[in-house]
Amino acid sequence: MTDHELDPATVGAPRAPRRRRLGRLSGRDKAVVAVLLGLPILIDLVFIWGPTLGTIGLSFTKWNGVGGLSTKTCQPNVPSILNNGCLYGVQNYHQAATIYPEFWPAVRHNLIWLAVFVFFATPLGMLFAVLIDRGIKGSRMYQSILFLPVMLSLALVGIIWEFMYSQNYGLINTVIGHNHNGNAIDWLGNPKLNLWSVLVEATWRQAGYVMVLYLAGLKAVDPQLREAAVMDGTNAWQTFWKVVFPVMRPINIVVMVVTVIESLRAFDLVYITNKGINGLELLSVLVTSNIVGETQRVGFGSALGVVLLVISLVPICTFLYLTFRRESQPKGAR
Amino acid sequence: MTSPRIPQNFERPLARRGLLKGMGAAAAFATVPGALAACSSSKSSGSSGGNAGSVTSPVTFGSNYSDASPKAAFAALCAAATAAGGPKVTINTVDHNTFQTNITSYLQGTPDDLFTWFAGYRMQYFAAQGLALPLDDVWAKIGGNFSASVKTLCTGLDGHQYFVPIYNYPWVVFYNKSHFASKGYTVPTTWDDFIALCKKMKADGIVPLAFADKDGWPALGTFDILNMRINGYDYHQKLMKHQVPWTDPGVAAVFNQWAELMPYMQTGANGRIWQDAAKALEQKQAGMMFQGTNQVAAQYVTDNANLADLDFFPYPSINPTYGQDYMDAPTDGFMISKKAKNPAGAKAILEYIGTAAAESTFLKTDQWDVGVATGLQAPSYDAIQTKSVAAISSCKAVAQFMDRDADPAMATAMISIIQKFIDDPSTGNITSLQSSAEQQAKSIYTS
Repeated sequence: MTDHELDPATVGAPRAPRRRRLGRLSGRDKAVVAVLLGLPILIDLVFIWGPTLGTIGLSFTKWNGVGGLSTKTCQPNVPSILNNGCLYGVQNYHQAATIYPEFWPAVRHNLIWLAVFVFFATPLGMLFAVLIDRGIKGSRMYQSILFLPVMLSLALVGIIWEFMYSQNYGLINTVIGHNHNGNAIDWLGNPKLNLWSVLVEATWRQAGYVMVLYLAGLKAVDPQLREAAVMDGTNAWQTFWKVVFPVMRPINIVVMVVTVIESLRAFDLVYITNKGINGLELLSVLVTSNIVGETQRVGFGSALGVVLLVISLVPICTFLYLTFRRESQPKGAR
Repeated sequence: MTSPRIPQNFERPLARRGLLKGMGAAAAFATVPGALAACSSSKSSGSSGGNAGSVTSPVTFGSNYSDASPKAAFAALCAAATAAGGPKVTINTVDHNTFQTNITSYLQGTPDDLFTWFAGYRMQYFAAQGLALPLDDVWAKIGGNFSASVKTLCTGLDGHQYFVPIYNYPWVVFYNKSHFASKGYTVPTTWDDFIALCKKMKADGIVPLAFADKDGWPALGTFDILNMRINGYDYHQKLMKHQVPWTDPGVAAVFNQWAELMPYMQTGANGRIWQDAAKALEQKQAGMMFQGTNQVAAQYVTDNANLADLDFFPYPSINPTYGQDYMDAPTDGFMISKKAKNPAGAKAILEYIGTAAAESTFLKTDQWDVGVATGLQAPSYDAIQTKSVAAISSCKAVAQFMDRDADPAMATAMISIIQKFIDDPSTGNITSLQSSAEQQAKSIYTS
């Protein structure tokens, strides 16, 4: 052990360059940073967090969107029109959970939607991606066909499937000969059936979306890993699950987050189908139908919106936690 | 590889684009009428409205007549109003669903001087909140053209008039004349005849009543008519205002009567749009259909079906006390917004529109609606329209339709309750649906 062996310049791994501190930045740099960071933060606060906090505030009032809000407490047993903009406490939440018949079905349908996406649409998309990645014949054609629904707006997807599902004139019923008034299958009107019909539409689109994300991830997997695995005598199944899948972890997280977000913001398909009534209730639709439109139960709709926000915060917080934990892990293996 | 920014790379551009487009559209919606209004040279009316502005400076008209033929008819009407000495009219057309959806923010933002709307509680609700201008001075001039019952429809809760009507249309039972003639069916006037006819049709392999409720509102009409036939008009209006509880035996009677008819109505209604039900009638797969002329006759025209073969009869009587005295005949018309820039000019337009001549102009291209001016027989009327006038004028009172007579939130609640009834018309389900309706009505009408 000599002195100079301890010299950090010559021993051990090269150190990461030290971060430049704020003090090293010139005035112009600071201004640029302030503008580039400040503007998005300001826009985020004004357009996202302002309305969010406003919604939470409104959810404790009874308001029909006309005139102002007051700090009076709502009077019991007077006509609604005289009770406008008053403080309603947690009554909106109470009503939603007790007497609003659409609330619990909507929560259930949102969870079913999530489950179908997680356990069916996403694995299906992964399967497509793996098959195409293995370079089967005509893979580009399959890729285009499977990706086509993703490029269509969901409203358009709903209209396309309307032609498939229509009771008396639809393709499905016509092909299977169930398009007469006596025996027609009511794909979109039967409340026991229509949620699943719409989930088929949603899966048709979501699987293609997941496939594209996955293909991008598979392309990034180092081919040497696979070659090494094959050298060690694994079969294709083992190669995928033991080697490729673990390497794909970041993409898996992205796909998971996308899946959760897509199923919570599900709205367009059911709205196009029947405005989200009669077996297609979803929280997002209930919020819309109470706040937007002539009905204007702004307070009540806001309460439903807050419920949706709370549900959404669970996967969002999980994702943020995972991201920041990864970020704080030091780079390089120790 | 493990960059935390990966998710952003995969963010769907669609979402951002859609948001921007939406923001752009919202901004355009909010500013365009205002910008147009700002171009007019009228003086600002201040908060009171009244007679500010001038009869000669231009006015703007917010219209929900977005389908091609009503849009053309409406443009002709505004042109005629200008030709008759009124101010120049700029029409801002918005798709009707969007228009109805945005009405509250529209009237509080920068609305047009005039806007299209619906009579009954649907008008009173906005008038009561101070969003519309009273039109008593207009009615002083045009009042002679309308019957007392029409004037009532245009009157707010405070006794002032807020609305000038243009047309209405009856909700009746449609059938094809040739179909009835070839099968030897006769038009029923009582419930027993009606059920007997339905049985005969079913035996002949025809769907007795074409029926669709995917949009939710069409079936409300069946509730309305059964309630008016069984319990009368006054009871119906009280129920719509929640002065009668939804758990009342009268409401149970309506649902039970409906349950009796249900086997003869087209199945799977909750998944069928009314246009498809009308097609079943056109193709004679169905014998009858109960809906408004504004839908069925209009659909016949759209589909180039045989409009001359189409005929209708008023809903059969159930309770002899009320016979066939009442029906739904929704009335559409116009109002002036409280924030109008040129109320004087807008009133001049409405003074013209509230005449038989103006209604005839509007109805030139319309083969299904009828004017509401007393005794109007527009030269362009076809058989359906002529019969509609007679049917409406023979009624002792006409209701507007549940979503126009009741609080809009209650109509929304009833849409889902009636769809659940269509799925399961059993007595036990009727009871639970009634209590659900009453609970929701309590939270909507009072608190």
